[in-house]
Amino acid sequence: MAQPFRTSRGGRIDRARPIRFSFNGRTVEGYHGDTVASALLANGIHLVGRSFKYHRPRGILSHGPDEPSALLSVDRGPGRVDPNNRASVVEARDGLKTLSQNHWPSLEVDVGEVNDLLSPVFVAGFYYKTFMWPRKFWDKVYEPVIRAAAGLGKAPVAADPDRYANRHAHCDVLVVGAGPAGLAAALAAARTGKRVILADEGPEPGGSLLHDLTSQVDGRPAAVWLAETLTDLDARENVILLPRTTAFGYYNHNHVALAERVTDHLPAGGGQAPRERLWQVRAGEVVLAGGAHERPLVFSDNDRPGVMLAESVRVFANRYGVLPGRRIVFATTGASAYRAALDAKAAGAEVTLVDLRLEADCGAEPAELRAAGIEVLTGHTVLGAKGRKRVTGLVVAPIGPEGRIGASRLLSCDCVGMSGGWTPAVHLFSQSRGKLVYEPGLDAFVPGTSAQAERSAGAAKGTYDLAACLAEGDAAGAEAAGSQERRALAATPTATGFQPARVMPTNADPTKVRAFVDFQNDVTAKDIKLAVREGFHSIEHVKRYTTTGMATDQGKTSNMNALGIVAGQLDKTLPGVGTTTFRPPYTPVTFGTLVGPARHALFDPIRTTPIHGWAEAHGALFENVALWRRAWYFPKPGEDLHAAVARECKAVREGVGIFDASTLGKIEIVGPDAAEFMNRMYINPWAKLEPGRCRYGLMLKEDGYILDDGVVARVSPECFHVTTTTGGAARVLAHMEDYLQTEWHDLDVFLTSTTEQWAVIALQGPKARAVIEPLVDGIDLSPQAFPHMAMRSGTICGVPTRLFRVSFTGELGFEINVPSDQALAVWEAIMEAGRPHGITPYGTETMHVLRAEKGYIIVGQETDGTVTPDDVGLAGMIAKAKKDFVGKRSLARPDVVAKGRKQLIGLVTDDPKVVLDEGAQIVADPGQPIPMRMLGHVTSSYWSANCNRSIALALVADGRDLMGRTLHVTTPDGFTTATVAEPVFLDPKGERINA
Amino acid sequence: MLLIACPHCGNRPETEFRCGGQAHIVRPVDPAALDDQSWSEHLFVRSNPRGVHAERWCHSHGCGRWFNALRDTVSDRFLETYPAGAQPTRSSEITSPEVPATVTQSTVTQARA
Amino acid sequence: MRRFSLTSLLSESLKGHQGWGRQWRDPQPKAEYDVVIVGGGGHGLATAYYLATVHGITNVAVLEKGWIGGGNTGRNTTIIRSNYLYDESAALYEHALKLWEGLSQELNYNVMFSQRGVLMLAHNIHDVQSFKRHVYANRLNGIDNEWLSKEECKAFCPPIEISDKLRYPVLGGALQRRAGTARHDAVAWGYARGADARGVDIIQNCEVKGIRRDASGAAIGVETTRGFIKAGRIGVVAAGHTSTVMAMADVRMPLESYPLQALVSEPVKPVFPCVVMSNAVHAYISQSDKGELVIGAGTDQYTSYSQQGGLHITTHTLDAICELFPQFTRMRMLRSWGGIVDVTPDRSPIIGKTPVRNLFVNCGWGTGGFKATPGSGHVFAYTLATGTPHAINAPFTLERFRTGRLIDEAAAAAVAH
Repeated sequence: MAQPFRTSRGGRIDRARPIRFSFNGRTVEGYHGDTVASALLANGIHLVGRSFKYHRPRGILSHGPDEPSALLSVDRGPGRVDPNNRASVVEARDGLKTLSQNHWPSLEVDVGEVNDLLSPVFVAGFYYKTFMWPRKFWDKVYEPVIRAAAGLGKAPVAADPDRYANRHAHCDVLVVGAGPAGLAAALAAARTGKRVILADEGPEPGGSLLHDLTSQVDGRPAAVWLAETLTDLDARENVILLPRTTAFGYYNHNHVALAERVTDHLPAGGGQAPRERLWQVRAGEVVLAGGAHERPLVFSDNDRPGVMLAESVRVFANRYGVLPGRRIVFATTGASAYRAALDAKAAGAEVTLVDLRLEADCGAEPAELRAAGIEVLTGHTVLGAKGRKRVTGLVVAPIGPEGRIGASRLLSCDCVGMSGGWTPAVHLFSQSRGKLVYEPGLDAFVPGTSAQAERSAGAAKGTYDLAACLAEGDAAGAEAAGSQERRALAATPTATGFQPARVMPTNADPTKVRAFVDFQNDVTAKDIKLAVREGFHSIEHVKRYTTTGMATDQGKTSNMNALGIVAGQLDKTLPGVGTTTFRPPYTPVTFGTLVGPARHALFDPIRTTPIHGWAEAHGALFENVALWRRAWYFPKPGEDLHAAVARECKAVREGVGIFDASTLGKIEIVGPDAAEFMNRMYINPWAKLEPGRCRYGLMLKEDGYILDDGVVARVSPECFHVTTTTGGAARVLAHMEDYLQTEWHDLDVFLTSTTEQWAVIALQGPKARAVIEPLVDGIDLSPQAFPHMAMRSGTICGVPTRLFRVSFTGELGFEINVPSDQALAVWEAIMEAGRPHGITPYGTETMHVLRAEKGYIIVGQETDGTVTPDDVGLAGMIAKAKKDFVGKRSLARPDVVAKGRKQLIGLVTDDPKVVLDEGAQIVADPGQPIPMRMLGHVTSSYWSANCNRSIALALVADGRDLMGRTLHVTTPDGFTTATVAEPVFLDPKGERINA
Repeated sequence: MLLIACPHCGNRPETEFRCGGQAHIVRPVDPAALDDQSWSEHLFVRSNPRGVHAERWCHSHGCGRWFNALRDTVSDRFLETYPAGAQPTRSSEITSPEVPATVTQSTVTQARA
Repeated sequence: MRRFSLTSLLSESLKGHQGWGRQWRDPQPKAEYDVVIVGGGGHGLATAYYLATVHGITNVAVLEKGWIGGGNTGRNTTIIRSNYLYDESAALYEHALKLWEGLSQELNYNVMFSQRGVLMLAHNIHDVQSFKRHVYANRLNGIDNEWLSKEECKAFCPPIEISDKLRYPVLGGALQRRAGTARHDAVAWGYARGADARGVDIIQNCEVKGIRRDASGAAIGVETTRGFIKAGRIGVVAAGHTSTVMAMADVRMPLESYPLQALVSEPVKPVFPCVVMSNAVHAYISQSDKGELVIGAGTDQYTSYSQQGGLHITTHTLDAICELFPQFTRMRMLRSWGGIVDVTPDRSPIIGKTPVRNLFVNCGWGTGGFKATPGSGHVFAYTLATGTPHAINAPFTLERFRTGRLIDEAAAAAVAH
């Protein structure tokens, strides 16, 4: 018979919509509305996994997100396989393939179970005490074995075909949890017209109302009130209701992160919709109504499949129409399990209830059960469970006076519902940095003083009575929305209260009892006591030493039991031992959700110049420079980098080359005090620079090290056109703005980034003038009228231009600034005009070689944030007359003026064919013992086709004193020799530039 | 992610801003007059308090303006934000250690005067 | 000290492990110690251990305001390497790495030092140049570090995506094979147990509230929540809280304390063989012995003592992880947390004397202090024992900020042009 444990009627599943999925290859039938856990139970499947350390058979403990044991690998199709899914939250649907984890060769027969026999050795922290000899065995033997044993499921290996989305939202009131308190809160807030977001982790809002068949709310059955309330909320435009959405992180200033699972439950995978969506909500006020988690009881073999939480039995029966067993024993220390027992009985199970509390400490609930024909044993402890792959019975015994344990009795059963009380879900409250307080009456930490604009309501606050939850929710919602209105709702009273047990009393030898506290990490009460014995007294130490609370459920079911055991051992109160701080996420969140679409081109913006398309069309290869894609070189068919660059380099020196320099940063500095501002920012003098002239400027950080460089043109007495390095543009503008706004209020200057406004076409080489002469209007290009380092305004191809006569190659050159939107047309016109002259486009690699031939530095290559102007031989640019500029004072510090600083020099390899590695280290004596004294390193190194040899620049200690000396430079295999030279390899007199 | 009240634009998410570290460290008018010790303190020593801190922020992806804020570094709560050049209304709540004695606003104002 | 061994473990397992005693005592503070160490993290505990073992100074107290190892020691991503550029840093971290290599045996505590290799990925030409500079400098300093092509990177760490589809494709990497990870908590516990066995008092839940000085200005003891404790010498090893502690002696520090976040995934079977770091896209990843992917993020931009940072820092880090390892998008973040890292202007530590006599400081480890733990403790113990710096920590003075002799590893690796 299919689904033998399905009740004949009832539940919120849709019996008209059967579904089929597989578990370990076996077909499992269920109904729409089932979770994988409920469908498995409907088919009598309890054994669903093996534990982390001891490979013990494990079943389904819970119906919700706190499930520690029933973790499955879920396969939703190619590339859609992932591990460690909680069976209790995965919605069952057609075609899912689910697999149990952490066993070999099979779930039923697992060799790893030998670990269970070795459990006397494998206690908490055993690995700190051994595996140390022989020393080399750790990396080669012990660790690989430990690693292979650890880890539950298998990581995905294929690329993920799903996509993920990210959304930012603002609201006045965010309500977390759509149980009775959350619904009441959302209603109260929504009525004020404020913008409300109500998020619930389940597929269906309602929380405990979804499995409450007996309570009345506002004079109606709970389910009816729920349906009406949802209809009401749904109709309101100011309410966003988000099911399947977990609020997992509460960050600063009411920034709350939610993970919405959009398509995993849909049969077709949802088509184009994202799999999951990250909501980043900035909420005015937050209401936390996330409910509570039930505590397991700690007794011998409490981890046997079939042993589950009492409330979970109730949920499976009432909400899913599944009876997890035919003979169910409820073991409890509190009132709530009585309702579960009644419901299980009503659903058809044979039921017994065992309560640790004495009859006198109970309310009316034992009598109620007995009236329904259920045997109730009060004042009884649980000594242990029977069965291995499935529970077959529970051994119980009365506790006599002075705690003496009486004769034991075996209660046969195929399911146990246990309840050790309740723990409010204070995770988000704690994440918000609210202060938790221990409430002895509730044996729980509950929200105390808030740190942010939030409030808790309902079970999340330790309030378990339905009417009280509704009232609290209503008040919280109204308060959050700033309303005075309150609406009391009558509801059936709820039996509450429990007696904390920590570990169930037993007469067994405590060293033999395997009573689990953290099911997933296989931490027993014994382990925790061992940790305490060894001096781990802070709960954080106990956690770290035993790993309790560190599993994928993060201790939702185990933390309070562990804390209670530690407190008991130390004879302290719970707060005396401390509580752990809760950290995001509340439940695990996929990396995909957090990443969203931020991959590849969306990982970081890609900036391109107006010439980019042309360069692509002409075969350029590109390199990333900061956010920019820059043309690296333009290979012709059959050319590699080396050949293309050699050709491009020669073309520039012999004819003319064209280069896209648009990525250079540009800043327009305007105002009456522009020159004074420049004087303070740069090491150079600016006051006497005439309009129409340019100067190479060098800028320091306040610590005296080079920040950036670039050519600056004075456009008019009150206007400078500043250029920066490509990567430095934003940094330099920010640096300037910082000083201007915060230090120099006295200056009347405006700064404007013009990087995107001006595209820059560099035309370099002896024929550069001839190429543009016919295209330029309004500028006399003759050397006399337009010398090197001059700037003129005019037009080129009819387009307005700021034409710079500057050169980063050492050749006659122009940098043609034109408005970006017209740059491509100008570029193409120049290409056309240059064709008779053999114009050659070149990329950044050739630019690097050409400037190195001239010894021009590149900030970030010759400099690295620890280099001063003098280090690179540019101290002469410092304006001596200036009393101050940014960085000047730091240049006078003792170690900055001391001997031995690294100085820029040229290096000429003794073998002209050897091209040094950039980054290679330099020594005087390669025969010295290690560690060697390093003199410096190679900063730039290229094959120079124009010099027909390799060239290199280097920073070497006192390098300028070493001219002509032979030094030794590292190579991948050893050393090579090179001679120190001036850092200029071509046209040392600089005649070509003035042509 | 912090929510920061730019004095010019109102509340904006932190990703629009750049933090500039401790506020009210005024650049000496004549750095050359400082000895190495004082200069290194100006450059490097920061109050780094566990408590209320006066710090600089720039609304770099917004209006581009620098401004100052008082923020509690334990709770990350802002007490106030105020434009560059202004003084905080709740300056008495700033946690020592101390605004650097050599370079307080008042010293500089005197120096300039 | 009860020796840990397979034999002792097996014999205890027959007796229900009832025979294990405390790994360290819980003593009442004495009135006076030769040395008081403020801060019970890995560095402070290691300092105490080496004071006792190397220098025979056992009248030592380690004062911890919370629980030992609860600060950055227990919050970092456990990466250990020594392939630093500058001679000063290389010597310091290599000193530590050599101590790591025998630490489990030395402490008789398995700290699970795992030399699985640290691979640092290069994503642009500047990275390549910078990494080669490191590789060459390391070679001449006797430190292993080698350049790998991108194909070799893939062979060493198969999960890496090396295609050109990446926004910043992998161009190669620098691999230090002797580098790796260790079990962070065990480092604190192992040093604590070793120090305690030699007479050091480890005093938890004892917060320092003041530093008492005599008329000459010299430090003579600490005021604590458990009373005044006289001290011959005081070593402050308080990481993110150093500014606060040093202010008690009127010493102002060139430090700022920033939140640094990290996270782990759910545990999975072995899938990641080494440590991968990528500075250009800001990601650090390894897999713990427990199976969790351990991922480090960057610092937030503002100073804070909240041990909490912004979500955007985490997501940015995961962007980078999933860019490099696209198959991990279906992995889940299990836990995230924050630490407080004290950062100096040159991002190198300060280990040595202070302007106050008898007061010494070991701080400024920023985002990378865990790897230095044994070396840091070893040289700081020398400094506390002798009153003068060890040759290895001599360059790491407070003084360097005045003279300009900074040790700026980060600047040397700066991205520009």
